Parts: sequence; structure tokens; C-alpha cells
Amino acid sequence: MWIIGSLGFTAPLLLLALIALPVLWILLRAVPPAPVRRRFPGVALLLGLTDDEAQSDRTPWWLLLLRMLAVAAVIIGFAGPVLNPQETRDGRGDLVIMLDGSWAGAADWQARRDQIDRLLAEAALSDRRVAVVNLTDLPTEDLPFAAPGTWRNRLPNLAPNPWQPQDPAEYFASRTGQFETYWLSDGLDYPGRTDLLNTVESAGPVTVFQTPRQILGIRPARFVDGQVQISAVRTPLGNPVETSINAIGLDPAGVERQLATVPLTIAAGDAAGGTAMVLPPELRNRITRFEISGLRSAGAVSLTDDALKRRKVALIAGDENRETLELLSPLYYLREALDPTADLIAGSLADILLANPDVLVLADVATLAAGEADAVLTWVENGGLLLRFAGPRLAASDLGRNTEDPLLPVRLRSGGRSVGGTMSWGEPKSLAPFETSSPFFGLPVPADVAVTSQVMAQPDPTLAERVVAQLADGTPLVTRKVAGEGQIVLFHVTANAEWSTLPLSGLFVQMLERLAVSTRPATPDAAALEGTTWMPGKLLDAFGRLNDASAQSGVPGERLAEATAGPELQPGLYTGTDRQLAVNVIGPDTALEVAQWPARIAVEGMTTLRETALKGWLLAAAIGLLLIDVIASLALGGRLRGPRADLAAAIFLMSLAVPDAQAQPVQGDDFAIRATSEVVLGHVLTGDQQTDDVTAAGLRGLSQTLFRRTSIEPGEPLGVNLESDELAFFPFLYWPITADQPLPSRDAYAKLNRYLRSGGMIMFDTRDADTARFGSGSPAGRKLQAIARSLDIPALEPIPSDHVLTRTFYLLQDFPGRFSSRDVWVEAAPPGAARAEGMPFRALNDGVTPVIIGGNDWARAWAVDRNGNRMFPVGRGTAGERQREIALRFGVNVIMHVLTGNYKSDQVHVPDLLDRLGQ
Amino acid sequence: MTQPLVLRSKAESLAAPMPALLVEAERLATTVLLGEHGRKRAGTGDTFWQYRPAQTHDEARSIDWRRSARSDVNFVQDKEWQIAQSIILWVDQAAAMSFSSDSNLPSKAQRARVLGLACAILLIRGGERVGLTGLRLPPRRGAAQVVQMAQLLSVDDDADYGTPTTQGMLPHSRAIFISDFLGDLQPIADALLRAADRGVRGALVQVLDPQEETFPFDGRTIFQSMSGSLQHETLKAGDLKQRYLDRLAERKDRLTHLVQTTGWQFQTHHTNDSATKALLWLYGALEQHR
Repeated sequence: MWIIGSLGFTAPLLLLALIALPVLWILLRAVPPAPVRRRFPGVALLLGLTDDEAQSDRTPWWLLLLRMLAVAAVIIGFAGPVLNPQETRDGRGDLVIMLDGSWAGAADWQARRDQIDRLLAEAALSDRRVAVVNLTDLPTEDLPFAAPGTWRNRLPNLAPNPWQPQDPAEYFASRTGQFETYWLSDGLDYPGRTDLLNTVESAGPVTVFQTPRQILGIRPARFVDGQVQISAVRTPLGNPVETSINAIGLDPAGVERQLATVPLTIAAGDAAGGTAMVLPPELRNRITRFEISGLRSAGAVSLTDDALKRRKVALIAGDENRETLELLSPLYYLREALDPTADLIAGSLADILLANPDVLVLADVATLAAGEADAVLTWVENGGLLLRFAGPRLAASDLGRNTEDPLLPVRLRSGGRSVGGTMSWGEPKSLAPFETSSPFFGLPVPADVAVTSQVMAQPDPTLAERVVAQLADGTPLVTRKVAGEGQIVLFHVTANAEWSTLPLSGLFVQMLERLAVSTRPATPDAAALEGTTWMPGKLLDAFGRLNDASAQSGVPGERLAEATAGPELQPGLYTGTDRQLAVNVIGPDTALEVAQWPARIAVEGMTTLRETALKGWLLAAAIGLLLIDVIASLALGGRLRGPRADLAAAIFLMSLAVPDAQAQPVQGDDFAIRATSEVVLGHVLTGDQQTDDVTAAGLRGLSQTLFRRTSIEPGEPLGVNLESDELAFFPFLYWPITADQPLPSRDAYAKLNRYLRSGGMIMFDTRDADTARFGSGSPAGRKLQAIARSLDIPALEPIPSDHVLTRTFYLLQDFPGRFSSRDVWVEAAPPGAARAEGMPFRALNDGVTPVIIGGNDWARAWAVDRNGNRMFPVGRGTAGERQREIALRFGVNVIMHVLTGNYKSDQVHVPDLLDRLGQ
Repeated sequence: MTQPLVLRSKAESLAAPMPALLVEAERLATTVLLGEHGRKRAGTGDTFWQYRPAQTHDEARSIDWRRSARSDVNFVQDKEWQIAQSIILWVDQAAAMSFSSDSNLPSKAQRARVLGLACAILLIRGGERVGLTGLRLPPRRGAAQVVQMAQLLSVDDDADYGTPTTQGMLPHSRAIFISDFLGDLQPIADALLRAADRGVRGALVQVLDPQEETFPFDGRTIFQSMSGSLQHETLKAGDLKQRYLDRLAERKDRLTHLVQTTGWQFQTHHTNDSATKALLWLYGALEQHR
């Protein structure tokens, strides 16, 4: 092969013929066009007339050029030009195609899959055994060597995983035997890569495929100084990167949408860049994840957990207006404690309640206006947390003396007490360790916390269970009661340091945190997580999509503390007892490094260009040029008028029509519009052209029948490709089973199951009821079993005689198609269904059967061609026509059943109801 | 060669919708044979014309006694004077007439024959006597004449262009010439003048192919007559168009002039037009002198 740029020639010597073109030019130029001989009776009138110009017509230059181009196209065409010629790799022995399969390769996964496909095709040519190994999903046993064809079939199921390979060298170290390795690298370095390289090199030559490109990741967002700090990290490769970060969350209507967008720039040469987002707390608390816009990988998604959420805390003090030091303000210590982790609201109580805070702090507030008290109580019962602190006013008031105040957890004794003061006996009291039932359990109690004054709780039968913290002598310090969905907590001391040193200690902050007044700032450490189990709520896949994972098993807290994603800890949101933790692909200090390869390893780029042979195109162009030449010559020679004009026009039209000859399949939006603008029956494309055509004709016949006889007016039926088309548009799918159709891929199965669960109906037709019985081992029957194995199909029974299908439109007891087997199966009725006295049918009011399975070849019985003629004979004579009619009626009943559900099932009660109303 | 039966059936189908074509016959004295043309005057004939009082020269056997018995005067029954007309047809059968520019169009010869024969059928149905020029088929009446005429018309001639003969034309009869008139005009002029001398009137129908009217040719072309005897080569046929059309128009002018001097009538008919149109025109032309 001879290659110039991206063009290669398989037979370059033929190009020498181009030298002959100028000779051809001269030859063609010399010969004038031949005369036309015409029979024409009017010649008698022409005799004696002479031409004005004696010069003969010569072939015009543009016609010559046209011919030259045509000849040149033929010569170049036969020289075998190839666009993007590919060097074929030849090799012998076993081949291992290894791919990193991490999130970094998700963005161009299709290209990777194509590359593997090409490598497999080459391996198939040289007849090698191949094993495809995804390093993030290592096989459990030995290398799965198989024929390349087998692997090509499995290729659609190959998917990247949202984590990096975990020590793959270990797996390969225990493999014996020689093999060549093709390694599709994601371009990202990870620990153990060099070891792996050394291991596989010992088994045979290694070729690496890696595209130099940038990989972007987003680090978890942090909340610093009232701003959300977001940073992105990349493989440090030169050019600056400009992108934007989207904050995504639920809007008040519960719809997920983009809440905010900020631009983000990473300067040239830098590995990371950051930006800040300032959002109102209402918006910020809604954010569920950040994404780098336009990237499809798990690394470009960062889930947020409680760390970013901040609670709204309203602070109200009974007496704010005193002329004393700021340090003596009842709210000073609360502000200091809460400010870093919560949003504080101040204002009048009525205004604050409108803002719907999470926590309301009343510091030494004794009485509330009656209306306010009710409003606060309602707010508490709807889930608010009311936190009260005692103080001189509360102690002096009569609140909760004789009866329990609804806004206080306990009854209070009048006056309170003071200990350890100059005028009193005893020492200031210290705190007792927290009980196990207390929310503060586990917090260390500092020795220097001392309480000098407090309000006292009345001993009540309920007091013991309401105490969550007490002093060393057993007097309650913090009490709590549940009201509705919320709770009311009372600190029996002041919020400032007047009555105790508690607000001065770190314990105060921790207690507030435990009470969920403030938000815990960061991930709990390993010690706190030890022994806990976390349930995955939503998990990320490698493409950055969130999937529901409530069916997955829990993850131990120790593993969660490592915070690195892996097969046993998939990135996603994990829910513990009282909080959520996000595990992201990229941690706060993950760095992305480009995978570097030693010089001895051949590194090839990922080929995205396919080899294209241009021969056909050039020859077609030559033929096109010659066709134009024919027409132009005819026009010049005057042959384009008169009797030959029709012929010339026909040739011209033909040359125009050639490119349109191949009808394009319906694609994308067109497909959706066609499928949804009217009721359209769908059939599954089996890949067998004849079967598909017959099925389409069958559904066309059924559609026409429906149109004529019922108020259902379906459009032209559509073929549905299970892999690429959306199924949800179709109320009904007809699925002819051929023995050699491929099994749907995993994605297609997921789609089919979703379709079946959400009310779709599939009619399976094995089309062999003339030779086989249901469940017998006919080829189509076995294929149906293979297909249905992964489908969500309920228990089945043969259509019972009182099934609603027997009466949705026509009254039927037989369901023939081209064959009239009675083996037609539908979803089994629930076991409890009983027949009421005097009723012809059992009362069955469940949903539509999701499947009808049979082999009567209904499509052929229904099939009509474009002119409306029946395409296949059914039975013999009038009996056969009767059978076809019943087949059509069955079809009508099925579609009615699909579209109206069990409406007819209810109708059977009508006579009964009328009877009762009449009395 | 056209199949006689086919030709006849085509002609019959064309003639069928026409009312009986009655040719006005004027002043036929000598060649009179009894026909069905009432002369609107008394004479020999079969149909009643009028009763008139008997004159002295009337023979007694000519008196109509039935009428005379109702009055005192003797009456004689006059018959209407009836004669039959002779019509001579000339249909050009030369090679030039076999031209047809499109397979969907009939050749000129085919159209001319159908037209001529249709005319003959109508005339015979009207009681006239129809024949062909040149003593091939003297004027006669009856269906057998039509059959014979169809057979004679089906013969093709080898010559490039045809010329009419005036032999066998009875004086004061009628004649119809159907041809493309593309050959030499002199024999035609001679024939017309000779016919006019003998008191024969008639009509010329020029049958032309649409291509002969438009000359839609271009490029280097060799034009040949139908038998190949005439040939003309040109390098740019498109340049000749105007001059050809001028010559054709001049030829039509000459024919019109000839016709005016001889009291005949002239019409050009194209093969892509309806044949009925030409037949209607012929009907009118033959009726004009009533």
C-alpha cells in the first residue's frame, strides 16, 4: 500500500495511466461529433439551403473536461484509494484485550467499544483466542478465553465502572501461559499500574492504546465563609480549561432541575482550579449534586451530603435591650457556636415563623402571646425543634408551675436554686456522665463545667424519661419532650455564662450539634463509623448517572471511612441512622495523573477514524459524470429533442433518483413523533427481513380492521428496535419469535421489563402451532424460553373461558391465527377469584395481562399488502375465511383489552346494579 | 401495407357518429343518374313534389285521378327532380406520407386514408357515388365499393411524393385531394386547373406531421427523404429552421392561391389533431355550394 497523508492506494501503479489523459484530450478534441441521420419528408423544402457557418461544431471544452474527469475518476478508482488506511496487526497465539474500564473512559466509551470491536475483527481474521478483561471488574476465575465472535456478541454488555482498578497485578500474577496484551488505557494513572505492566509483559508483548486527552473531575464542594467552594481537578496537560459547574437539585415542585451555574477556569499548567458559589440557603439546601456541564463521567459528578446543608436557626432572647456588655447578652454564645455551621435568623417571632426555621431558640423567654404560643406549638408539631434556655425571667415567672406548659418539657418549681455562691452552701455542681439513652451519649464530660444556678424540674412520673442530661447530684440539666413531629428541649441554665460555665465549654457546641441544632461540619472519623452499617440510597454509574440502589446490601462504616470508591463501596449516597454520607469518585485531595508508559511499550492512539474504501465512490462518480456526458452530448447533437427526449429525460431522472433509492429508517424525533401522534401498533424487529415484513403487513391488516370496525384508528405500524428505540410509545408490541434472532442486551432487557411493569403488552408468537405444542422443544419455543428467562413475566395460564379477552369487543371462545391451536397463555388470575351466584364470569378486576403467548401465527392471518389484499391463505374455503375472521376479531379484542383494560370486566355487574337500584 | 379490414373498421368507426352527409348537387345535367338529392324543383324522381293543374301537353296517363276527382279540374302529380352526385377521391399513397414523428401519432398516410375513406362511407350512405381518381375505381355506390376502395387505398407507393391524376373525373363532379403537398407543386397545379376546366369543384386537405410544422432539430444532421432518394446535410440544423418554415408557409400560400382561382377549398390538418375535426371541415366544404 502506498500512503499519502490520510489516503492510501492498494494498486498505486495504475495511477501511471493518468499520464495518458492529455493524449486523450487531443484525440477527443480532434473528432467532431458524428452527424445524426434523420428521415424527414420535409427535406424537399430544405434542398438548396446552405449553412451560415462552414465551421463544423467541435466538442466544447467543458464536455471534454467532464470526460477527462470521468476517466480520471475511473483510473483513480481502480487504483484502490482508501481513506484513513489502517495498518493491520498480525499476531499469533492468545490475545488479552485489557481495558481500564474506569469512569475516566466513560466519556468516549463508544469509541473504546468500537476499538475493541476492530481488534476483535482482526483477531478473528488471524483466528486467535481472545479474552477481554475489564480491570475494574476482574473475572473471578481464569482468563476467559473464547473465540472473537463470542466476545463481539458480548461487547454491548461491557460497561465501565465508577472506580479505578484495584490492584489488578495480583490477579494477573497468578495467570500462567503466554499471551499478547492489548491494553486500552483510560489515560489515568492509578496505583498498581506499573506492577500490572510488568506482570503482563512477562506473559508476552504489550501494546497500549491511549488517547492523549484531558480528564476533568470535580472535587466535593465545601462550605467556607458563607460560600460554596467548588473546585475541579484535571490531568495537568497544558491548555487552560474553561467550563461551568451546574448545581442540581429538586425545585419546590419536586422536579430535578439546574439550580445554579458558575463558570470555572483552570489556568494553563495548573492541575486544579476553583470557584465559589453564593446561594441563598433555601436554594443551597436543595442541591443534591454538582456537575461539570457537558461531561459524561462519574468523575464529573460530585454528590453532596449533609455537610453542605445548613439549618436555619432563629434566635430570640427575652431581653435584648439591656445596656450591658455584649458578652452578657443571652445569645452571644449561641451566635458564636452556631454561626459557622448554621444560618441565623433574627426578628420578631411572627416574622420568624413565616421563614419556617428548622430550630427556634428562646433564651430566657418566659411568656409568649397567646396567638404566638399557638403558632409556635403548631410549628413544633410540624417538625420544628424548640430550644429553650432558662434564665432569671423564666425562673421568676409562673410558667409551668401547676400544670405542664405545652411549650416546656417539664413542670418547673418556683425560684430555682443557686449552689456554690457566696451566699449559699455547697459547691457548684458538675455534670454527670450521659446515659446511653441520651442523645449526648458518648460525649466526654469536661471536669471544669460547673453549674451555679438553675431552674428545677418538678418531680413528675414522666420526668425521668424526659431528662437527657443531669448534674452529678441527679438534678435535671437538660430535659426534652416530643410534641407532634417536633420536640421541645429545655436547658435549665442560661445561654450565657451567668448561671454556668457550660456555654464556655466545647461540650456546649457538641450538644447543640447532637440536638441537630447545627450541622456537623465534616465526615465523621473512622472511630465514629466503626460498627455502623450504611445503606446505599442512590449509586453513581461510570457515566455519572444516579441509579436507585435501595436493593443493594449495606456497607460497613469502616469501609466508608476510607472514602475511596471500589467494587464494594460504589460511589453514591449512603444513609445511616440520622444522616447521609456521600461517597464520590474524586475526594477532596485526589490528584489526576496521566498514565506514563516506558519507552519500550508501543503506545497507539485510539483510532476513531474508520478505514473507508473510496473505490466505490469514485466509480460511482465516474458513472455519474458519464451520464451527464450522455445527456450533454445528446443536447449538443440536437438529439435531446424529438423522439429521444423522453429517453434522455428518463436517464436524467434515473441518475437523480439513484441516491434516494435507499429509504432511510425512521430515526430519533421522527420516530417518537410518528409513534405518538396517533395510536401505533409496534412489532419487534427480529432481524429477519421477511418475518419483519410479514409482521408489519399483519399489523397493517389489523390496524385497518380496527379502523373500519371500532373507534380505534391506528396509524401505520412501526418496527421497533429493542436496542435503540423507546418502547414506552407503544401500547402493544407484537413479537414474532424466530429461531435465530439474537437475545436482547442487558439495557434492552431493562427497557422491556420497565415496559411490561408499566402496563405495556407484548404478544409473543412462536408461529409454529401447526407442528409444536406450547412448551415443547421446537426451535422457536426454545428461543422464546431463552428470551423470556430474563423478562419479568408473571405466572401464566391458558386463556380461561371467562377471561376478559373473550368479550372486550367480540364474544369469542377461540383464538386462531393461521393455525388454530388452543394453546394461548395469559397472566394467571389471582387464586382467590370466585364466581358470584348467577354471574357468567368471575369477578376479576386486576390489570391488563402483560403478555399473550401463543404460536398461532396471527400476523400471517391478518396480513394484507399495500393494496389491501390478503397475503396468505388461511384454512380452506369458507371455513378458512371464517377462521381468518375470528383471527381478526381476536386481534380487535386484544387491542381493545390493551387500550381499555378490564372495563368490560366491570360491565358485567351492570345488570346486578340496575336490579338493586330499581328496588 | 395497412390491413384493409382494419382500415375499414377504423373508417366506419369514425363515420358512425356523423349525420348522413348530403352533398349539394347543383346543375348536373348530363351525368345524372337517379340519386337522393332533391333538386327542390319538379323533375324525374320518386318522391312527391306538388300537384299542378294539367296542361295541354300532359299526357292523359299522367293525370292523378284521385286528386282530380275531388274537384273539377284535372291535376297532375309532379315528382321532385332527384340526382346523385359523383365524388372522386385522391389520397396520396407515396412514401413521404408514411412518416410519423412519434410512435403515439398515426402516420400521415394512415390519417389521410382514414379521412378519405370516412368521407367515402358518409357519401355512399348519403346515396352518392364515390370513386378514386385514375380509372382505378369508377364512382359507384353500395357497401361493396367501400370494401374495394379500402383495399386500393391500402397499397403503398414507392415514389417519394405523389401526384394526382385527373383521369376519370366526370364533368361537374366533386373531388377531394388528400396529401401532404410537400413534393413538386406543378403537377398539382396542373391537375387542379384541368379539373376546374371541367367544372369539377372540391377540397384540398394537407395532412402534416407536427414535426414538419415545427422543425425541432439541431446539430449536425443529414436529412433524408423516406425512400432515401433525396438527402440534405447540414452542420447546424437549428439555423435552417426559420428558412424551412418560410418555405412551408410560402407553399401553403401558393396552394391557397391556386384554390382561390379554381373555386376549390384548402385546409391543413395535423396528425396530432382530431380526425373528426378534418372530417367536419370536409363536410362543410362539400356542403358549401348547396
